Amino acid sequence: MAEKKTKRRDFLFTATYAVGAVGVGAVVWPMIDQMNPDASVKALASTEVDVSSMNPGKTITVLWRGKPVFIRRRTQEEIAEAKSVKMEELKDPEKDEDRAKNPEWLVMLGVCTHLGCVPLDQKGDYNGWFCPCHGSHYDISGRIRKGPAPTNMEVPKYEFVNANTIKIG
Amino acid sequence: MSDHNYTPQSKVGKWFNDRLPLLTLANHLTDYPTPKNLNYWWTFGGILTFCLITQIVTGLTLAMHYIAHADMAFESVEHIMRDVNYGWLIRYIHANGASMFFLAVYIHIFRSLFYGSYKSPREIIWIIGIIIYLLMMAAAFMGYVLPWGQMSFWGATVITNLFSAIPLVGEGIVTWLWGGYSVDNPTLTRFFTLHYLIPFLILGLVVLHIWALHVPGNNNPVGIDIQKPSKDTVPFHPYIVIKDGFALLMFMIVFAFFVFYTPNILGHADNYIEADPLVTPAHIVPEWYLLPFYAILRSVPDKLLGVIAMLSAILILAALPWLDTSKIRSAVFRPLYRQFYWILVADVLILGYVGAMPAEGLYLLIARVATAYYFLHFLVILPLLGFREKTIPLPLSITDPVLGGSTNFATAKNKEKSVIK
Repeated sequence: MAEKKTKRRDFLFTATYAVGAVGVGAVVWPMIDQMNPDASVKALASTEVDVSSMNPGKTITVLWRGKPVFIRRRTQEEIAEAKSVKMEELKDPEKDEDRAKNPEWLVMLGVCTHLGCVPLDQKGDYNGWFCPCHGSHYDISGRIRKGPAPTNMEVPKYEFVNANTIKIG
Repeated sequence: MSDHNYTPQSKVGKWFNDRLPLLTLANHLTDYPTPKNLNYWWTFGGILTFCLITQIVTGLTLAMHYIAHADMAFESVEHIMRDVNYGWLIRYIHANGASMFFLAVYIHIFRSLFYGSYKSPREIIWIIGIIIYLLMMAAAFMGYVLPWGQMSFWGATVITNLFSAIPLVGEGIVTWLWGGYSVDNPTLTRFFTLHYLIPFLILGLVVLHIWALHVPGNNNPVGIDIQKPSKDTVPFHPYIVIKDGFALLMFMIVFAFFVFYTPNILGHADNYIEADPLVTPAHIVPEWYLLPFYAILRSVPDKLLGVIAMLSAILILAALPWLDTSKIRSAVFRPLYRQFYWILVADVLILGYVGAMPAEGLYLLIARVATAYYFLHFLVILPLLGFREKTIPLPLSITDPVLGGSTNFATAKNKEKSVIK
């Protein structure tokens, strides 16, 4: 034990373990990665929605990547209300301008950031959305105001292809 | 322990046994010396084995008709209920069988808590049991998703979203579990695969559980070690086999009552509505056997801490052999522990009740107090009790109380008389 010299055999053992570990990793990774979203799921990554028939004060729900997306055409009062909220009052501070590029249109994932339920439209203490599962209240900008949800409802990547069509994703 | 010098009587038996000692194993299981004072709380091991076999057999037959696809799963379950010969019976046995399984496992666990069966030298049996319990919960959850009703879908959504509470990698893990961006067909097919696999993992662990049990032998209501096998024990067969068999019959009556008279009482009506990713049911509740943990999850106002509290509530059980510092196993000789035991039972029942109620107002307050007490019991009361409690003197042996040397002298005497008659 006192004078332990690295022998040829020690080197061979270490080299064998190292190659073996790489081999095991190379076999295990495909087994794990096969569970990630596959090519066909990823291919459905964008949806186009015609919003020409929507009047102010109306919300529609569309399915995108298996999840509901809320599209609300907000009234002038709602926009004013969303903009008037002070940042200090928010759990997850975010300006309304940053959430709705065009203030008239609010586009966000209709998924509660707590545990993934679909919040109900025009309910709750803040005239926005209310999640029935565990009682999270969102305001008219989709920001969390009260309840267990940690963050605001997510705004997905979207753009206006033309005046009447929104492309999500 | 039984002797391993067993030799089969027939020539063929001897030839076979020399090559694969299965007959020696069978002999060990038959002659296995069992404490002669085991009460009916000890029959739930056998009942649980029955539950596992029932779930495997009914599950195999259901799998012959079920289709694990998001577009067809709901319909295939209705097909089983309406068209398949005796499909309704097999599915109701399987669905209620899950509840019966949990009913039996809770009795089995609380038996161990009362009689200190988790203490040295039985810690490994206990920990294997906790792993089995965790796997049971995973199997039950995934099985509940398969009919692809509203409760299936949203239960799966809520439970998988628990992982999103993990900092940094949470979202990635959830996407990986789903195989997509929401609970969908890839989720259903993998849940079906795992739901099929887990019972066989449990079966393997049950073998280890029983193997580990047969090393020190059974604990017993008095909680002391066997002094003289010839006096303190009876062979497993026929004594325990008959007793277990009788208890199993009683259990099957309860089981049959649910299957034939109220097969849907333990489920939720919402699960007879096909899964709709756009609408969440107004009131999401897990199955009754998960309610106490659900109450703990909801009683913490922070998402990550809520998930940690819920998981700790289960994992804390694995540390129980070291949290309970008392050397005395049976609560019969621990007057203080006995009271705290019943408070814990009440606490868990209260958690189960508030878990089924909306998380607001008084219910939320009760849930928070009950959650706090749950952890207090395991982390403070049990460790301290071992040092503070004045226990009742133990009898000298298992046979001792019967012969009159016990603290329960009067009962022992009566029993003795009736035996002599």
